[in-house]
Amino acid sequence: MNLDLILGILQIVLIATTPLVFAGIGELVTEKSGVLNLGVEGMMLVGAVSAFIILVITGSYFLAFFVSILSGIIMSGLFAFLVLFLMSNQIATGLALTIFGIGLSSMLGKQYIGTPIDGLSPWFFVIFSFLIVFLVSYFFYKTKAGLILRAVGESHNSAHALGYSVIKIRFLSILFGGSMCALAGSYISICYAPMWQEGMTAGRGWIALALVVFATWKPERVLIGAYIFGGVTILQMNLQALGLRFPGQFFSMAPYVATIIVLVLISSNKLRIKLSAPASLTIPFYKGR
Amino acid sequence: MNSLFPSIVSRSQSSGLMNFFVPIISIVLTLITGSIIFVLLGFDPVYALYTFFISPISSTYGISELFVKATPLALIAIGLSYCFKNNIYNIGAEGQLTMGAIFGGGIGILFHDTNAFWLLPLMIFAGAIGGALWGLIPAILKTKFNTNEILTSLMLVYVALFILDYLVVGPWKDPFGYSFPKSRPFSESGRMPLLFDGLRVHFGLIITLFLIFVSWFIFSKTIFGFQLKVSGYSPKAARYAGFNQTTLVFFAFAICGAFAGIAGLAEVSGPIGLLYRDISPNYGFTAIIVAFLGRLHPIGIIFASLVIALTYLGAEDAQLFLQIPSAVGFIFQGLVLFYLLGAELLINYKLTYKKLL
Repeated sequence: MNLDLILGILQIVLIATTPLVFAGIGELVTEKSGVLNLGVEGMMLVGAVSAFIILVITGSYFLAFFVSILSGIIMSGLFAFLVLFLMSNQIATGLALTIFGIGLSSMLGKQYIGTPIDGLSPWFFVIFSFLIVFLVSYFFYKTKAGLILRAVGESHNSAHALGYSVIKIRFLSILFGGSMCALAGSYISICYAPMWQEGMTAGRGWIALALVVFATWKPERVLIGAYIFGGVTILQMNLQALGLRFPGQFFSMAPYVATIIVLVLISSNKLRIKLSAPASLTIPFYKGR
Repeated sequence: MNSLFPSIVSRSQSSGLMNFFVPIISIVLTLITGSIIFVLLGFDPVYALYTFFISPISSTYGISELFVKATPLALIAIGLSYCFKNNIYNIGAEGQLTMGAIFGGGIGILFHDTNAFWLLPLMIFAGAIGGALWGLIPAILKTKFNTNEILTSLMLVYVALFILDYLVVGPWKDPFGYSFPKSRPFSESGRMPLLFDGLRVHFGLIITLFLIFVSWFIFSKTIFGFQLKVSGYSPKAARYAGFNQTTLVFFAFAICGAFAGIAGLAEVSGPIGLLYRDISPNYGFTAIIVAFLGRLHPIGIIFASLVIALTYLGAEDAQLFLQIPSAVGFIFQGLVLFYLLGAELLINYKLTYKKLL
């Protein structure tokens, strides 16, 4: 093996893993505040399609990413309204968001399938993805606001009793998660594979959700997990390309099987999951009287 | 003077009346939102809604198609209610459906030149086994390894789809199929009998109605149904009463998987007649909406499956006559679920206007 090949593979792994890092860290912040949003895949798709459409229409990369992040804020805002103000079931609402997002993105993107665009270099985003993980980590463990956010996720009643606005903090956390998911989606449709295709996120949103469990809700570990999954994905693609006498479908299912195996390994330590998961995760906050 | 905004007050007991009205409220709100979407797209809303919701079922053929689509939705949704009643979030029914189609369809391919009365029952049985086995994987992972069933059941959907893809382009490919990714057609006795000449509605509908009836019996008349419900409402009470949660998880997943598997087999041996890549237009995921919209109740699920089946037909007609992408159907499905979940508030809480003065 020569150095160029190793560097080449490393580059591809970095480029392929970046969207998982964005979506994973966004969902982690949401979950840290005590809210589980299963709408990641839907928000990523809407983010991807809106960035693509804006880029085709205006030709401005800045506007494309700006509108995409706005779409993530709107989508997650809808979710936040339902789960925070109407106290709806978070799991079902997240699923609804994904189904809605799949529909909305395919409808909006229908006429843009096959439209060519000039892709953007991914390197800025690759670096940004590392930066954002460390910023989130700093925020959680070195700032007062981060401590409050974690407190809301652990015990909303105590946080409320101390005078913090549970609803406001959760709202902002959900919006941050939504904008990160949309960023992940727009990265896919503009940098990673410059095109639009229905369902082009291919389950990455669900893998991002698994990453948060893998990371036992610790920001830096999202990076480790994302690079394991990214590595497996690239490895299977390369092995497939080598033309081994082995059906390609079995390589393609590798990332999903790897996700299941990793989840099993992490979760089988019941105590660790119990200690690291935010204690109020999925429990609605009702102020009462 | 009253305050402008209502405040939310917890009810001491959930409202049965609202339980009935909430699905209706959500459907009405979806229709209103739908009209707004159509207006924004530049269509006459009355004409668009007519094309979407009325014209697809204004012929005998259309009504038959409605039942063709509602059959798998209702069957999977009633299976899902075994899980959801117990707060087990199995969202991988699409994978269980696919596995059922693979197992049952595999029997159909194996006996592709056999015509015998036992073939279809064997295929249905194999479909149920395939779906149940696929459903048991997340059940085992949940009970033995504490692994979140939402993620594992969903990941298994992708795995099942790749297995199906491998089979129809590889070992099970039709040798006379001009290298199209599809299997041999099943023999005549491996097909679901049609209920009426010239219409596609098939015997799967009868199976579905039978299994819905059985489920109604289980939910309302047996200890098992009672245990499911209690564990869903209060896991603590269930533990105190000595119900074995592990057994409940296994049964719920196995039954749900088996039902989804039968639904998958009924699709491939009904309208399709062979195995190929895209056997299901997301029935397994859409059935989640049907289960919630039907309030996990057998009768409710029957009505909900018809409503949601109509969004499939309407989306096809909208694409044909209005050139609106058929994905608009998923938008309607997502909206219905949003409104439903939002309106559920009215079941457990009431809105009151505080007196300001």
